[in-house]
Amino acid sequence: MNSSSPHPPSVSRRQFLRDGARVAAVAGLGGLVGLAASRSTGKEWVWQIDPDKCVRCGNCATHCVLEQSAVKCVHAYALCGYCQLCTGYFEPEPNALNTGAENCLCPTAAIQRTFVEDPYYEYTIDENLCIGCAKCVEGCTRFGNGSLFLQVRHDRCVNCNECAISKVCAGDAFQRVPADQPYLLKTTH
Amino acid sequence: MTRRLSFKPLWRAGLLLAVLLGLGSLARGEQRFPPPDFESGHQLPATTTPAARALGLEYLDIAVLVAALGVASWLIYRRRSRRGLIWLSVFSLVYFGFWRYGCVCAIGSIQNVALALADPAYAVPIAALAFFVLPLGFALFAGRAFCAGVCPHGALQDLVLWKPLKVPPWLEQGLGILPFVYLGAGVLFAATGSAFIICQYDPFVPIFRMGGRTLMVGTGIVLLLLGMFVGRPYCRFLCPFGALLKVCATVAKWRVRVTPDYCTQCRLCEASCPFGAMREPAAGRPEPAQLARNRRRLGWLVALTPVLLLAGAGLGAYFSPAAARVHPTVRLAERFLLERDSPPRTGVLSPDDLALERARQAPRQLLEEAARIRRHFSWGTPLFGGWIGLVIGLKLVSLSLHRKRTDYEPDRGDCFACARCFEYCPNELVRRGVLPAAAISQAAAAAARPEPVVAKEGAS
Repeated sequence: MNSSSPHPPSVSRRQFLRDGARVAAVAGLGGLVGLAASRSTGKEWVWQIDPDKCVRCGNCATHCVLEQSAVKCVHAYALCGYCQLCTGYFEPEPNALNTGAENCLCPTAAIQRTFVEDPYYEYTIDENLCIGCAKCVEGCTRFGNGSLFLQVRHDRCVNCNECAISKVCAGDAFQRVPADQPYLLKTTH
Repeated sequence: MTRRLSFKPLWRAGLLLAVLLGLGSLARGEQRFPPPDFESGHQLPATTTPAARALGLEYLDIAVLVAALGVASWLIYRRRSRRGLIWLSVFSLVYFGFWRYGCVCAIGSIQNVALALADPAYAVPIAALAFFVLPLGFALFAGRAFCAGVCPHGALQDLVLWKPLKVPPWLEQGLGILPFVYLGAGVLFAATGSAFIICQYDPFVPIFRMGGRTLMVGTGIVLLLLGMFVGRPYCRFLCPFGALLKVCATVAKWRVRVTPDYCTQCRLCEASCPFGAMREPAAGRPEPAQLARNRRRLGWLVALTPVLLLAGAGLGAYFSPAAARVHPTVRLAERFLLERDSPPRTGVLSPDDLALERARQAPRQLLEEAARIRRHFSWGTPLFGGWIGLVIGLKLVSLSLHRKRTDYEPDRGDCFACARCFEYCPNELVRRGVLPAAAISQAAAAAARPEPVVAKEGAS
């Protein structure tokens, strides 16, 4: 563009370059989104633990971004043996089969033991007390029926972009699941 | 199965049944103690499954984002209202920050998009994609409207700003490279599936959640204290999404101007920007000798850029094995190779030991996976290094370009569109009816200090 030209151009060079760059950027952004959207499912995804891969390492209790972990122990009652000597409830070689703290595995007394009928007891998790440490899950899985297992509770989970526990999970058990089927429960069949 | 039973000997059917049952029990955990048949008619409680947040609410987030971006643009360009932007900031801080816990946010969504592009198996959530593209799309037309009053991180820092200090230009420009480096690192580690470092090291989400890792809570508090005296330290010197917005805003269709109509060169807005984005008018056309020197320097810097790019790529390749260790699988594989011959540990196992036990059960799979990730890093880190070189080169080039600026104007890329400078402009005050029209000539006369700048009559 000749600066001595009698008629200054209606669009300056910088303006022209800027407009061109904007058009290119819009096209680029559109392409990027198109490509990414083709890999989107339109579903929402949430984090969940595959109980079959969980190795009960205890990281769930300590690595959640929430002060109280969103991972809790849940109970598949249909799998439970309702044992009097529950290896998820009692320490190994307990002094007595009662609810005394010295006999219990759970550090926060989050498991309630209620008598059903001789010789069966029902074990219920109080999620407000459970910290997701998996001590009971270890005992139940190793010596019992494996009816206690860890799950991300979605009434508590804030669904982080990247779950902090998933990056330290010793069993690589964390995975994304569709939000309409947000649990991976243990079942009898 | 029943068809088979009809012609196979019975004992083979029994064996088959036993094997099937055995397999079944292996797959679903062993039923060592048979579930009881209660004589009292006790009913088994059901396992509760509290539902996840409904998908409809994700669409609500997107709708709120679009509305907030629209309102921000309107407040910046039509209303020219700082007060309106403050209220919008408060709303965004409460909704996107303290209500939605700062997640999902536009800054972190870079990683979702990067991972989606690199890994076909990853489905990017629709909300993350929207939070990535909408602010950038708005920036291409309306500048950094997102930063002005929609981003909760920006709003938080903007609202705590108390006595802004001027950051020296060399430091400002030097630190201005960091967001691009952080962006590159975030993309590298997200695309390789290693970590979402932008989320892990987010300083303000722990504040929104009122809790988190001590390191990041501390960083957030320090940044907020710093932010009382240095305007928006995270936005200016760290935010990777800000880097993208800056590039988009540079070519935006509309730009923020201090004055609503024309500039009287009164210089009242000179020190109005707490974020160092105000640019003075260019000091005329340099002398021929100086011009030649400037051109030569520009030529050298343009030639230097590819050299920096290659040097960065080389350095990146050198650090590839170290960077790959960020991925937990690679770390586990390396530990497995180190301790391959040691006997299995007994007793109470730490999480790391348990991971090692998992590795020992399927070593081949783990090593193949680690090798695959290392291959990704072997081309990812040179790209990242080259990117840093390119950014430094382009920064140097842009600093040595001659600008034809006639008025005091906010830098297109650096301006957060916070609307603070508007109120410094007497023309703006006249427009609002706060000042009589005569005040402009008085202000211009008062500012007629020795003219350091050649000022053509206010253009446009």
